[in-house]
Amino acid sequence: MLESSKESLKLEAMKRVVGLIAKGKNASELFPAVVKNVANKNLELKKLVYVYLVRYAEEQQDLALLSISTFQRALKDPNQLIRASALRVLSSIRVPIIVPIMMLAIKEAASDLSPYVRKTAAHAIQKLYSLDADQKDHLIEVIEKLLKDKSTLVAGSVVMAFEEVCPDRIDLIHRNYRKLCNLLMDVEEWGQVVIISMLTRYARTQFISPWKEDGVFENSEKAFYESDEEKRKSAEETKPYAMDPDHRLLLRSTKPLLQSRNTAVVMSVAQLYWHLAPKHEVNIITKSLVRLLRSHREVQYIVLQNIATMSIQRKGMFEPFMKSFYVRSTDATHIKTLKLEILTNLANEANISTVLREFQTYVKSQDKAFAAATIQAIGRCATNISEITDTCLNGLVLLLSNRDETVVAESVVVIRKLLQTQPSEHSDIIKHMAKLFDNITVPMARASILWLIGEYCEHVPKIAPDVLRKMAKTFHNEEDIVKLQTVSLAAKLYLTNSKQTKLLTQYILNLGKYDQNYDIRDRTRFIRQLIVPSERGGALSKYARRILLAPKPAPVLQSAFKDRDRFQLGTLSHTLNSKATGYLELSDWPPMAPDQSVRNVEVAEAMKEWSPAVGKAKSSKSDDKFYSDSGEEEDEQAADSGSDEEGGSEGSTRTPVSLSSEAESENSETSEDSSQSEKSSDSGTGVKKTTTQKNKKLQQAKKPRKLVSVCDRVCVCVCQQLSSPVFVPVHTYELLHRMTGKGLAAQYHFSRQPCIYDDRMISVQLTFSNNGDHTLENIHISEKTSAGQNIHCFSPIECLEPEKSVTVSMGVDFNDSTQAASFQLCTKAEGFNVSIQPAVGELLLPVTMSEQDFSKEQGKLQGMNESSATIAMTPESITSQPLHRKVVNMANVGVVPSGQNNVHRFAAKLVSSGALVLVCVVQKDSGAQLTVNTEKTIIGSMLLRELQTVLSAP
Amino acid sequence: MIHSLFLINNAGDIFLEKHWKSVISRSVCDYFFEAQEKAMEPDNVPPVIRTPHHYLINIYRDKIFFVSVIQTEVPPLFVIEFLHRVAEMFQDYFGDCSEVAIKDNVVIVYELLEEMLDNGFPLATESNILKELIKPPTILRSMVNSITGSSNVGETLPTGQLSTVPWRRAGVKYTNNEAYFDVVEEIDAILDKSGTTVFAEIQGVIDACVKLSGMPDLTLSFMNPRLLDDVSFHPCVRFKRWESERVLSFIPPDGNFRLMSYHVNAQNLVAIPVYVRQNISFFESGSSGRLDITLGPKQTMGKTVECVVVTVHMPKVVLNANLTATQGNYTYDPVTKILVWDIGKLNQQKLPNLKGSLSLQSGAPKPEENPSLNIDLKIQQLAISGLKVNRLDMYGEKYKPFKGVKYVTKAGKFQTGKVVPKQSSRLLFDKTK
Repeated sequence: MLESSKESLKLEAMKRVVGLIAKGKNASELFPAVVKNVANKNLELKKLVYVYLVRYAEEQQDLALLSISTFQRALKDPNQLIRASALRVLSSIRVPIIVPIMMLAIKEAASDLSPYVRKTAAHAIQKLYSLDADQKDHLIEVIEKLLKDKSTLVAGSVVMAFEEVCPDRIDLIHRNYRKLCNLLMDVEEWGQVVIISMLTRYARTQFISPWKEDGVFENSEKAFYESDEEKRKSAEETKPYAMDPDHRLLLRSTKPLLQSRNTAVVMSVAQLYWHLAPKHEVNIITKSLVRLLRSHREVQYIVLQNIATMSIQRKGMFEPFMKSFYVRSTDATHIKTLKLEILTNLANEANISTVLREFQTYVKSQDKAFAAATIQAIGRCATNISEITDTCLNGLVLLLSNRDETVVAESVVVIRKLLQTQPSEHSDIIKHMAKLFDNITVPMARASILWLIGEYCEHVPKIAPDVLRKMAKTFHNEEDIVKLQTVSLAAKLYLTNSKQTKLLTQYILNLGKYDQNYDIRDRTRFIRQLIVPSERGGALSKYARRILLAPKPAPVLQSAFKDRDRFQLGTLSHTLNSKATGYLELSDWPPMAPDQSVRNVEVAEAMKEWSPAVGKAKSSKSDDKFYSDSGEEEDEQAADSGSDEEGGSEGSTRTPVSLSSEAESENSETSEDSSQSEKSSDSGTGVKKTTTQKNKKLQQAKKPRKLVSVCDRVCVCVCQQLSSPVFVPVHTYELLHRMTGKGLAAQYHFSRQPCIYDDRMISVQLTFSNNGDHTLENIHISEKTSAGQNIHCFSPIECLEPEKSVTVSMGVDFNDSTQAASFQLCTKAEGFNVSIQPAVGELLLPVTMSEQDFSKEQGKLQGMNESSATIAMTPESITSQPLHRKVVNMANVGVVPSGQNNVHRFAAKLVSSGALVLVCVVQKDSGAQLTVNTEKTIIGSMLLRELQTVLSAP
Repeated sequence: MIHSLFLINNAGDIFLEKHWKSVISRSVCDYFFEAQEKAMEPDNVPPVIRTPHHYLINIYRDKIFFVSVIQTEVPPLFVIEFLHRVAEMFQDYFGDCSEVAIKDNVVIVYELLEEMLDNGFPLATESNILKELIKPPTILRSMVNSITGSSNVGETLPTGQLSTVPWRRAGVKYTNNEAYFDVVEEIDAILDKSGTTVFAEIQGVIDACVKLSGMPDLTLSFMNPRLLDDVSFHPCVRFKRWESERVLSFIPPDGNFRLMSYHVNAQNLVAIPVYVRQNISFFESGSSGRLDITLGPKQTMGKTVECVVVTVHMPKVVLNANLTATQGNYTYDPVTKILVWDIGKLNQQKLPNLKGSLSLQSGAPKPEENPSLNIDLKIQQLAISGLKVNRLDMYGEKYKPFKGVKYVTKAGKFQTGKVVPKQSSRLLFDKTK
């Protein structure tokens, strides 16, 4: 039929073949006939052939090669789904010869335009890796590339590939960390699980432990967490420990997923909170976990196991939900046992009576194994809570008269364990048990009673020999374990009460000597040598009493889940309580926080990532909105407080400022505006922490910032918005040459971001590299020589290894002048005087405004505030693009949308004073008219000069 | 991740196998059979079984064991959840997830499994996308197919997988645009003999059937959203809107889906719709016992209680029951020791009663535990928690949809007769279904 020319017949044949495969029957001899159809046009037939190929290609490698060319052709198909499915099948054929072809295909697919194909590529990576582990290095490259992918479709799959191929390359994650956190909500469910567990591991290596402060907020945490941001912020600041904003981001972005319908997602969020969140925040997972208990039986099993582990460490978490763990008669046995375990863990002085009452019902259960487990649980409660030990003992003794044998046996064993803790007061219980001895047949119980009597024979001097007598009679019928205990009992009695029992002991030892079991023969021989004084031995028999009747410590009854917490919750290893293949250990918290700047993403990247996504309908839905909103709000507030402070301090202290000569002569207002007291800078650092966090958030929000800056006194009427800087290539300047710095080299560049420390500061990124051959320690800024310039130093770098470099950021308030900021850069050994020279273009921050606003503002800044020049321009820069680029490269200005083709407008404000700077370029035939309007005329003229040079250059 | 999947029926036959990576011999299932034998009942088979080289994670649904083979560390819930999805997908496609249905549609099953997993990692699990890739079988289509030779694989390629709304396909068109929502609630409660609630909670779900053209954006609001204590949503629901405004805002998947499930806590007084008076006793001598059960409606807000079924798991020693019912009929299965009394509608005037004697195995000691009752019931047009849908608004499309909301209350098992020391016997509603 497969050879038939009719398609319907072929299809019918293929369906039968697939039926054979499904049943597990061998259909490999049809291989040649099937392979021929691989290029068939019919979609369904094609799919079925694929199914067949994937199943049998491994067995028939040579023939499978025939189909490869078809797939290679399909990889170039214009339809993305065909490309994807070709890659899928190609990578699923496990034929080692085609590894290079696969590698090539994966590399190509990884840069495919369609995210679906890229997702398939991510899957193919794992397949290729399992086929040929030697390709690892190349695959890591592809993974690195795909990790940068911003599509939610790809994220889950590539993290899966990462986990499989190179889980130790944590450095690949750094730069994608924030992106992954933000995307998480929109990734498909299965991807969420994988990403969350990967991020858990990541966070454990990158953040410091939040567990220092313990249980302070134990009670109020619910209200506390309820996303009242202001409140949390203030609470956090009062604490000595400040959580890394990235750490907080992770917790925050995973929290909504607790509401997922997918139980695996909920569980993985729960384990993330358990392993990462501050102790007082973990409680929010409780409700969700309890909800999972209403799911399928299998889900219950896993969730209960995890709850059992959690409940050992933290009873408080689940105590309010205790009733959810009550056993129902319809539960499966393993679920019953787990619930019992949890109830036992949760029991405390307050609720023990309820728990015990519940247990009493369980003891009567028809499921005898479960009843026995309950008795053990009662025993554990009794040891844990000393108040109820007596009650429990009495209850257990009552159970001794139970009709069911397993119940009785279990009670005896538990009583034995309990009695060991306080034997002296309970001789009557021992007597009672001795009485019951004849009726009990379960060997373990009998052995336990014998041991008890032997151990405490001094408390029951009359009964003990009698029991031994009975045992002597039935010795040969007993189980091995009972025989062993009988021998021990005999030995102990011989030592304490040799008069009555000497003969009995002799008899039992003789019986034991000829027993079938070698263990018993061994024991008997040993005991005989030990206790019966003989001519030769005797050295040991002196100590026999001390050996046999040594006081024994009481056994500790503890949960089987006691040490399960060494495994990450929610994993297979945790379920099995042993390491599963491929289990990745969760590391301990690092004692010191590793450098957090590694997660900083260059703005350029953020912009690139963001721009294509703007068009997506989704942006309104996801959390982006949430973040940017709250960020905005806070920023306003921060700006408010900043300006308030400033108002208060302005009049009080005014330090004389030495400005550059030009500035002094030109404008007195500059100095007034820019002179800032120490106090205002203090307030700046005060809000520093909050600002840092906000700014991080803002960066992640990746939305055009809308900072309504209040300190913009110049034009409150116009709606001025800071816009994000246009991306330009980074100009790096040298701060310290490696020769002068004795190995330490420093470079700086202006990041063009609003400074996170203070609104008036310009952020400068410093890169230190150690070119010397010894470690440099404690790099810091010691003295700021230039007066009137506020410098916010970077936190000292503890040490810098040779050949390493590190980037830090600092803030400098240049007071809107180009005067260099000088300071001393110190290492542990030496200090170097350095200075940062700002270019006039870097003193600006871009502003977005409409064309009308621009002309309105320009109208206000006429006369002496305007400086203009005519420049000759090269023809190639006539078009707007290169012109824009030139201007923007030189100065940090924002482009104002213009209606006319030949007029280009740019707007910015001075960072420190907030004065507007407007630049206008009007193109004419062979040149251009350049106008700069600003109230700071020095800046205006300097800017004009610089722009002139830049624009007239070819 | 998931390496292979075996479907095994109750008799222990492996009737389907699928491998996503290299082939694993079906002998690996022997470990499963071993565990199954040890567990006695299918419910007691441990979900995770360890073998020397593999790990078996299984679920039991509709009398089929889904056994998956795992080779490396993976969150077990991940696999369990996925297997349940597979079962649900079969149910969705074939109406029921039985061995017969799977065997009849083995090719579709295979195609489905191929699409759902790639290299053991879930690929497409949304039913909307899958239905675009592989069309579900209908009688009409199978007839057309056999005549024209066309296939049941989608000719057009799915768009949903690639769109920003992965759960909805593009270009949906209906002549009648309609959206139905079913609010289904189940009561979990423990009552003591006097009728006081020891423990009560309500589990609810909102199942939706949405057949709307285009890309509608729906907003569903409740009269009393504060009732809801703990919620979980279909991924389409915008969580932020729920957080801030307590409304459900979503672009719905096409067709049937579960929009949300929720939980109403015990604090909000749960009205128990029925009461039970029961008396089961065994005599010490004479190897017999007596049974007397009466049911009555209570707090049903004028609605009728329907489909009332009482189930009693008798102790092993009960040989037979000789009873008379004033309403409905009863059956007693002496093998499974289950007594079922099907009552039907509860009548306010004439309360149903079941009375009679039980015969016990002679010589056997009297059972120490009194059996418990499970009661199943249904109330139409009523959500027992008092939850009410306020309104449904649609944005994004011009037409006017037809909207409807239905309320149903159900109860599962109703256990009574447990003699608790120092406490009277209790009733226990459980979840079934």
